[in-house]
Parts: sequence; C-alpha cells; structure tokens
Amino acid sequence: MLTLKNITKRFHKGSVNEVLALNDVNLDIRQGDFIAVIGSNGAGKSTTLNCIAGGFFPDQGSITLDGADITAWPEYKRARFIGRVFQDPLMGSAASLTIEENMALADRRGKPRGLSLGVKSKDRARYRELLSQIGLGLEDRLKDKVGLLSGGQRQSLTMIMATMVRPEILLLDEHTAALDPKTAAQVLELTQRIVDTHKLTTLMVTHNMNHALRQGNRLIMMHQGSVFLDIEGEQKERFSVEDLLERFYTLKGEEFSSDKMLLV
Amino acid sequence: MSFYAFIGALEQGLVYGLMVLGVYLTFRILDFPDLTVDGSLPLGAAVSSVCIGAGMDPYLSLVPATLAGFCAGAVTGLLNTRLKILHLLASILTMIALYSINIRIMGRPNFTLLGKSTVLDSLTAFGLPSSMAGTCLFAAFTVSAALALIWFTRTELGQAMLATGDNPRMITALGVNTGNMIVLGVGLSNALVALCGALVAQNQGAADVNMGVGTIVAGLASVIIGETLLGQGRISRMIIAAVLGSVAYRLAIALALGVKLGEFSFSPSDLNLITAFIVVAALTAPRLKRKMAR
Ligand SMILES: Nc1ncnc2c1ncn2[C@@H]1O[C@H](COP(=O)(O)OP(=O)(O)OP(=O)(O)O)[C@@H](O)[C@H]1O
Ligand SMILES: [Mg+2]
Repeated sequence: MLTLKNITKRFHKGSVNEVLALNDVNLDIRQGDFIAVIGSNGAGKSTTLNCIAGGFFPDQGSITLDGADITAWPEYKRARFIGRVFQDPLMGSAASLTIEENMALADRRGKPRGLSLGVKSKDRARYRELLSQIGLGLEDRLKDKVGLLSGGQRQSLTMIMATMVRPEILLLDEHTAALDPKTAAQVLELTQRIVDTHKLTTLMVTHNMNHALRQGNRLIMMHQGSVFLDIEGEQKERFSVEDLLERFYTLKGEEFSSDKMLLV
Repeated sequence: MSFYAFIGALEQGLVYGLMVLGVYLTFRILDFPDLTVDGSLPLGAAVSSVCIGAGMDPYLSLVPATLAGFCAGAVTGLLNTRLKILHLLASILTMIALYSINIRIMGRPNFTLLGKSTVLDSLTAFGLPSSMAGTCLFAAFTVSAALALIWFTRTELGQAMLATGDNPRMITALGVNTGNMIVLGVGLSNALVALCGALVAQNQGAADVNMGVGTIVAGLASVIIGETLLGQGRISRMIIAAVLGSVAYRLAIALALGVKLGEFSFSPSDLNLITAFIVVAALTAPRLKRKMAR
C-alpha cells in the first residue's frame, strides 16, 4: 500500500555535522500491517516516520501510496491519509483550546475548513462517546482546556484525535515513552483496541522489545539508517527478546552475553 | 480631566480599538510579531483620503483602504512563509516599503480632506453634536469588528488559525497549511489596522505619511493593559479586553498629559516615554498584586 524505495536522507549536508540519517531504506507496508519498529538511539526510526509524514523531503528515493507517487507532497497534504501520535504528549493537541475544539479540529483532518461553526452541537454526543471509551472521565470535560490535562490524558486524547477520521496509515513514535508504566500500558491497550476496531495499518516505534514482540504482525529493526531485520507472521512469533538482543549486538559488533539482558 | 478631554480620549480609544484588535490577532493569536502596522495605518489613511479626494463616498472609500491593508499584511505573510524571511524582519521590510508607497499614493507626504465630506458628516447631519459623533460612530465600528472577530475565532477556519498560533506541528499533522493561515491572519490584522487609519484620517481631516509611527507600541500597550484589567480567559473575553485596553490606554495618556507639577507639564512629544512607562507598569502590575496578596 505504502512503499518506500531507496530512501536516503542526509542532514546538515556538506558540513562537518553531516549525518546519514537514512541509508537506502526500502520498506513495503501492506494494507493491515501493524509494524513494530525498534533500534538504538539515532538509528533513524523517527526520521523514517517523518519521511512518510512529509516532515522533510528525501535526498533520494521515492514514496508511493497505492501506486501514486507522493514523494513531493507537503506534510499538510499527506495528513489526509495519515494519523500521528508523537512522543511528546504536548505535541498532539493545542493547549489553549478545549477538548471539544481539539476534537473538532481533528474531525476535519484532510477536509476543507470554512466559515461554519468549528464545534457543532450535533457532534458533541459522538465526541463524548469516543472519549468514554478511554475511561478517563474526559467525556465530562469537553469544555476544559487541553492544557489542564495530564500527559497520559493528553496522549490518550491524541490517540483518539489521530483516528477520528480513519487514517490509511497510523504513525506512532514512542507514543508511550513519556508516560509512567501504568499509564503507558493503558495507552498501549487503547492503541491496540483502536487499531483492531478500525483495522488500521500502523507503524509503531518502541524501545520496549516485549511490546514490539507482543504487538503487531511484523517487526523491523533499524540500525544506522537502514532496515536490518524485517520479520513477520510465524517467523516473528518464534522470536524471543533474547533473539532480538543477539541480532542487536551482532549489529553493533559486540559480543552478546545474557548479562546484557539485565539492561532491558 | 475635563469632560472634553475625557470624550476625546474615549473617541481615540474606540477608533484605535480597531488597530488593537489587529495587533491582538497577530501577536496573541498567531504569535507573529508584526510591525507592518506602522505602515498599514497610514496606508489605509492615504487610500481612503485619496479616494475621497477623487470624489468617492467616504463610507465606500473604507473598502479599498481595508483591502489595501489586507494586501500589505499578506505581503508580510508571504515574505515570511514563502521566502522564509524571519517574521519580524519581513514585517519591517513591508513597513519601510509602505513609506514610499504611501507617498506615491498621496503624491506628497500628506493629503488634506479640508472641505470634503467624511463619515462623521452623516452623523452630525442627524443633529448629533460633533464631539459625540466620532465616539458613537467609532464605537459602532469597533464593537462590530470585535464581534466579527469573536465569531471568526469560532469557525472552522478561525479554529485552525488559533491552532496555528498555538501548535503549528499539530495542526499541520491535521492537514492545515500553516503558511496560508499566517498569510490570511496577518492580512486580516492589517485590514483592521488600515480601516482604523482611514477613520482616523477622516476624523482628523488629513492623512500623513508619519501618522503610523509608534502604532505597534500603542497597540501592544493596549493589549497588555486589557489583559491586566480583565485577566486571562476565553478568546472572546480577551478580544473584549483588547478594546477596553485601547480605551484605558488613551485615557491614561490623556491623564498623563493633563498632569501639572508647578512649572512642569508633559508635552505630546513625551508620549513615547509615557507609553513605555505604562507598558512597564501594566507588565509588572500582576506580579505586584500577587506580592501584595501575600
Ligand atoms: N532535523 C534533523 N536535523 C539534523 N539531524 C537530524 C534531524 N533529525 C534526525 N537527525 C539525525 O538523524 C539520525 C537519526 O535520528 P532519528 O531521530 O531518526 O533516530 P531514532 O531512531 O528515532 O532515535 P531515538 O530512539 O533516539 O528516537 C540521528 O543521528 C539524528 O541526530
Ligand atoms: Mg526517535
């Protein structure tokens, strides 16, 4: 459905700080895939997601969606088919606007915006219904400013907002990393529920190998800007955290020992 | 303060309220520090005056003046979003360019409306004393503009604009071209400022290329005073605060100009100094209040 072909991206090109962030990345994302993306810091996971979302244009390579070349599409135009949740819980909603105003903004993702009322009273019941799914009591706080919410509440709201208009593809970049373990588990559970209900094609970056192995049908490991491991289905089911770590340290050229399990 | 000084300050506060609404839109809603206003205020004045000079109806002349202001703002927005020039610098460039343009429009540095009919004549014709005519007319304009702005911030488009100022990454991810929002917002802001300039010129009976000097400072002072008076809250409340701030600012200026200490009294050229003091006072007042409460 979405294909990245030979994508290369360098930042600070030509300066001493030049980084090869993506090095000939090839990825074929199929309809209904739930792909967990893992890899060490600086491996290029966020850059890959940003590249799909249109945050920058690649130096080389092409991105196609259902056969159409979208490499040159700006970010706001790609938003029509992309739902996003960022690592920073503050990133996904506007603090000075209320919960219902934020939801109304998300409700028009990829649609024209005109001079009719932003928050329509006929939509409130649906907003409440959506919010009640996450069980945080937000359905009774439609008129509260989002800035008043906790990180976990905001991230759950962003999760709902990203999927109000069904996205062709959902991009999650360590979206539970800034939350405490209990809240993170809740948001992860919400994620799984939403992805299942809408049968969403999803890319989820995580540093938690357990999550990566447990969730989704497919797993990719990135290293130094390239995809080094791409497993799915039964092959993925057979993988253990230990197998992943072994691959990981082989990549880094380090000896794998089970002591390193302690670091997980 | 005499009654006339009071009415005069009220009138000024109301007419400049339009400009303050514009400044509020860029500085507070879009988070875009825009100095174009120092040039778009005389632009509105020049366009309206020249149109009246050419025989146009004074009310009708407000339309091209407002449109000209929109274009000036849009140019600043385009310089910033398309050519990637820093917002502050982009607005300064438009502002100085407008100095030349305004003189071109008028054919000289100023343009008098002596003997021409203005929007105020329509009210004095009804028998309203001329001292009250301005106040009533400008109140109508500014209150309508404030209501229109409040309505706009509640529309889909207005909400997208609020989000552009608050969290551009988020609203881009929701499919909004923030560049377009900035061009539109800065354009609307300068449209209001130019409308203000047109009314000021008709009220004074002349347009002058230098009449815009210090507009941005006065606008900011008014916005801050309004926020100090009404506190933070919903957008609609803040928009009303901006208009009240404008009136309070002009009253404060009038009061300061009326102060006499023996031989000493302020002259109009001290205005900038007084404004600076007022802004400092307004900025520190909330903190002082908190200290006193403790
Ligand atoms: N906008 C940018 N400007 C300059 N360098 C960048 C930019 N974005 C990413 N990089 C660099 O590209 C490389 C890949 O970064 P990326 O953020 O994709 O890593 P990541 O896999 O998401 O890591 P992490 O797990 O730490 O989030 C890094 O070396 C990073 O410094
Ligand atoms: Mg990252």
